[in-house]
Amino acid sequence: MSVMKRVSLILKSKANRALDRLEDPRETLDYSYQRQLEMLTQVRRGVADVATSRKRLELQMNTLRQQQNKLDGQAKQALGAGREDLAREALGRKATLQGQISDLENQYHSLQADEEKLTVASQRLQAKVEAFRMQKETIKATYTAAEAQSRIGEAVSGISEEMGDVGMAVQRAQDKTAQMQARAGAIDELMASGALEDMTGTPRDDIQAELDSMRSGPDIELELQRLKGEIGAGSAQAIEGGTPEADGAARPAAAEQPQAGDGA
Amino acid sequence: MIVRILGEGQVQIDDAATDELNALDAALERAVNEGDEQDFRLALAAVLDRVRALGTPLAADSLEPSDSILPRAEADLDEVRSMLSDDGYIPG
Repeated sequence: MSVMKRVSLILKSKANRALDRLEDPRETLDYSYQRQLEMLTQVRRGVADVATSRKRLELQMNTLRQQQNKLDGQAKQALGAGREDLAREALGRKATLQGQISDLENQYHSLQADEEKLTVASQRLQAKVEAFRMQKETIKATYTAAEAQSRIGEAVSGISEEMGDVGMAVQRAQDKTAQMQARAGAIDELMASGALEDMTGTPRDDIQAELDSMRSGPDIELELQRLKGEIGAGSAQAIEGGTPEADGAARPAAAEQPQAGDGA
Repeated sequence: MIVRILGEGQVQIDDAATDELNALDAALERAVNEGDEQDFRLALAAVLDRVRALGTPLAADSLEPSDSILPRAEADLDEVRSMLSDDGYIPG
């Protein structure tokens, strides 16, 4: 048998199996309607889950892009200081990050497409559920159980097919977001533990350490000069006022007002 | 006749196109049976393209069942196989 007919038969027979158990065909209407409402909730939750996953990817991509910019800045700084080796290292890491970003971008676009499809599916299902609800009331009000049978069959099989279709789409989306959550969680953990930072160039990385040490070279000299100057001035003061030990021993009461002594 | 493409919705197609679609469907079935992913992809794309080109979308609030149902465009060979196997893939 052809593919088109087989898929159609399988989808329908699964839907009918659930409904055949009910005795009064009109119960079928209420049962099916309940299932429709549940499915509608499930689809909307699916859309929300996909959106959450997509936003999380967006945040991670932003973080990685920031790190890329930082590496770019480091490369420039290193080149400016004549350290081509360091610049090369920074650019190499930047390229590695690009691979991760591209990977995240692909996932992002794929999720975006899923989100759009699921949104359309949920709107379609909602329109059908509303049409079904009206038809259900008409059938219940107008027909006896015996008469209702064929009309119920038509209404239910049309929407059951939609439910089967949407159900598969939601299932796929859930599987995919679960996988992505796991991967995103792993990346978040790596970032939190600092493993990714060490690799990708943030505060504790060795490129920054070298750049910092180069930049801090002159500063340390200045700082040393300043400290030496202070020590020189301090010892001159001490000579003027006598040694601190002698001072304290001779006049213990003066220790209670050190600020007055300093000011003088 | 009404044809559903899974994941896309239903379209109405003039019965005059039945033979043409049946031929494409038969080619798809051969590809599934032979198990060549490349042939399968081409055959699936061919029938889906034709259905989309010939079909007019049904209103969103239509409750009409389809006469035929086709796999989604992204489905691979394994997915279609497990869909066609009795125990299936399609949630009941």
